[in-house]
Amino acid sequence: MKRIYSVLVENRSGVLMKVAGLFSRRCFNIDSLAVGETDDPKVSLITIVSSGDERTIEQIEKQLNKKLDIIKVKTFEEDRCINRELMLVKVKYNRNNRRDIMENCEIMGATIVDMSNSQMLIQVCDTPERTSLFLKMLKGISIIEVARTGTLALQKCMETDK
Amino acid sequence: MNGADIMVKCLEAEGVKDIFGYPGVAIAPFFNSVLDSDINSILVRTEQSAAHAASGYTRGFNTELPGVCAVTSGPGATNLITGIATAYADSIPLVCITGQVNSELLGSDVFQEADITGACESFVKYSYLIKDVDDIPRVFKEAFYVASSGRKGPVLIDVPIDIQQASVKSFKYPDSVEMRTYKPTVKGNMVQMKKVIKELEKCKRPIICAGGGVLLSKGKFELLTFAEKHGIPVVTTMMGLGVIPTEHKLCYGMVGNNGKLYANKAMNDADLIIMAGARVADRAVSQPDLITKNKVMVHIDVDPCEIGKNAGPTIPLVGDIRSIFDDLNTMEYENDYSEWIGTLNEYKINYVRKRNPNPDYVDPAAFIRMLSGEMKKDAIYIADVGQNQIWSCDNVCIKEGKFMTTGGMGTMGYSIPAAIGCKKRRPERQVVAVCGDGAFQMSMCELATARQHGIPVKIVVLTNGYLGMVREYQHFTYQDKYSVVDLSGNPDLEKLSSAYDIGYIRVNNMKEAEKAIKKFLKDDENCIMEVIIDPMDIVK
Repeated sequence: MKRIYSVLVENRSGVLMKVAGLFSRRCFNIDSLAVGETDDPKVSLITIVSSGDERTIEQIEKQLNKKLDIIKVKTFEEDRCINRELMLVKVKYNRNNRRDIMENCEIMGATIVDMSNSQMLIQVCDTPERTSLFLKMLKGISIIEVARTGTLALQKCMETDK
Repeated sequence: MNGADIMVKCLEAEGVKDIFGYPGVAIAPFFNSVLDSDINSILVRTEQSAAHAASGYTRGFNTELPGVCAVTSGPGATNLITGIATAYADSIPLVCITGQVNSELLGSDVFQEADITGACESFVKYSYLIKDVDDIPRVFKEAFYVASSGRKGPVLIDVPIDIQQASVKSFKYPDSVEMRTYKPTVKGNMVQMKKVIKELEKCKRPIICAGGGVLLSKGKFELLTFAEKHGIPVVTTMMGLGVIPTEHKLCYGMVGNNGKLYANKAMNDADLIIMAGARVADRAVSQPDLITKNKVMVHIDVDPCEIGKNAGPTIPLVGDIRSIFDDLNTMEYENDYSEWIGTLNEYKINYVRKRNPNPDYVDPAAFIRMLSGEMKKDAIYIADVGQNQIWSCDNVCIKEGKFMTTGGMGTMGYSIPAAIGCKKRRPERQVVAVCGDGAFQMSMCELATARQHGIPVKIVVLTNGYLGMVREYQHFTYQDKYSVVDLSGNPDLEKLSSAYDIGYIRVNNMKEAEKAIKKFLKDDENCIMEVIIDPMDIVK
C-alpha cells in the first residue's frame, strides 16, 4: 500500500536526518522524499512517499508524531491529493532524432529549457507516473543525466474545504 | 557570569542535588562552576557508569526528578552512549550533559570531537546542541520537562566549550515550557474507559499485566487499589516487578519466557487482559497473536506508538497510568471473579519447581529467596544481567521496597553503578546489587566510587567462573560447545575487597547461607558477598 506523508517540521538543522533516520532505523521504506520551506520560514514541509502494510503505515505515522521536531503529520492516499514531481533530463540529440524528441515533449507537456549543439535539457513537471512515462518514451535516445525532485503533494481542495 | 554558571543555575532551579560525571577539558568550565554551587558531583570511574548511576538515582525516588550526568566530549561522550541507550530502552528520565569542542571548530574533526547528538539520535528522547549561550535556560527547562513527562527517557545536551565560557549578563530561568510539537497525553479518554468497565462487567477471567510504565507513572497504588477493589489478579513483566508485593494474594508472578508458568497460563486463559505500561515485547510475550486471540485486550500506555505495535488491542487507552487508574477507581461495576481466582490459585499451588540443585554449591534460587526474605521491608534490590537476573526475577520476594534491573536493554554491569546512584538518593534504604562474576568485572572499578563518596552498597556476586547465560545457551544450542564464555582469570574477590578496604563474605553452600546473609545485611557498610554456585547450573 502506497501512502503519502506530509510532515510539517521545525526548520532546524538536523531535522531531516532525524526523520530519515526514523525510517531507516525502523525498516520503513522511503520511495521518495522532498523537502522545502513553507510560507513560514521557521517551518519546512517534508513530503515522503512510503509503502507498507496497514500496521506499518500506522506505526510510521505514530512514530513521526512522537518526534519532538515534528509539528504535524498528515497522511493521505494518492487519489486524495494533487501530487507533482519535477524532472530534468539531459539528452544527446542529432539531426535525425531532434524532431522526435520535440514531438514527445509536446505530447507530454515537457519543455526544453536549455540546449547546445548536441545536448538538450528537458523539464517535465507532472505526476510521478507521467514523469516516469516520459522517461520511458525517451528510450532509445541517449540520456546523459536525470534529476527528479521526488513527489510533492497537497490534499485536494475538496478534502480540506469541508 | 558565564554559560557554565548558567548551566549550574539551571540545575539548581530544577532542584538537582547530585550529579554523576567524569571531567575533561571540554566540560571543565561546567565542573569549575559546579564547585561553587551546592550541587555535589560524584566522580565515577568510567562514563558508562555515570549514566547507570544517574538511572539508579532517579529510579530510587520514583523517577520524579531526572538523574543528571555530565561528561566530556569525544570518548567521554561516546562512553556514555551505552548508558543512555539503556535508559532509553527502560524509559528512565535522564539529563545527560556532554562537553563539546569549540563551536567554531565543529565539523573539522579536531581533538576529542564526536558528533554525539548525531550518534545518539535513535536512543535519546531528544537532544540539543547549544550554539548560543542565551539558549541555555530554555534548553535546560525543556530538557528536564521532556525527560520526565509523557513516556520518560534520556535527553542529551551537548554544550561546546566556548558556549560554556561565553559571558552572560543576567540569568532568568523560564517558568514554563512552550513547545508546540510536544504535548503528551495524560488524561485517558472517558469513552474508552467506559468501554473498559463495560467489558470488565461482562468478562469472567480478567487479568492485569503490569509493566514498568506503572512504576514510572507512580501509579502502583492506584493500580493495586483497582485490582483489590474488584478482585482482579495481577501479573507483571520484568520491568513491572515490584508493582505488587510478591506475597500479595492477587499476585501471580512474572510473565514471559523467563517467568512463572502459572503467570503465562493465566495470561493464556484470561478472556480480558489489561496491559498497563507494558510494550508487549518479545521476552514478555513471545507470541503476541495468542494474547489477543479470542480475548479482549485493553492496552494502556502513555506512548501511543506502543499501542498496536506488537499486538493489536481491542480497546486502546492512551494516557498516564496513574491518572487512568485514578479515573477507573471512580467508576463502579459489579462482577465476581472468585471462580477464576480459584483456578489461578490451583495453578499456583500445583506449580512445581523443576530445579535440581547441586548440594555442593549454593543454590542461587533458594539463596535469592532467603536473601530477599531477610532484606528490610523497604529495601531496594538491583539485579544485573545474565543468569543472576533470571534467578532474581524468579525468586526475589518484594515487600514494600523496589526491584530494579535493565529489562529493555539488558546491559551487563548495570547493577553496581545503579546501586551507588540509588543509595546516594536513598541513604536510609538498604540497597543490594546482585550480579554475576561477569557483570561484576564490567563495573568493579566503581567500588572506588562507592568508597570515595562514602556510599555503602551491598554487592552480591554469584560466582560460577562462566558467562553463565551464554554458557547455558551454548549448552542447549551448541551441545556444550563452549565458546568464549570461560572466566578463568577472575580476580580473588577477597583480596580485591581488601584492596578496596571493603568487607568480604564468602558463601560456599546452603548451610552457610543464612548466617552469611545475616552478617552481610547487619550494618550499613560496603560489603561484597561472594556466592559460589555450580558452574553448570541452568536457570530453570
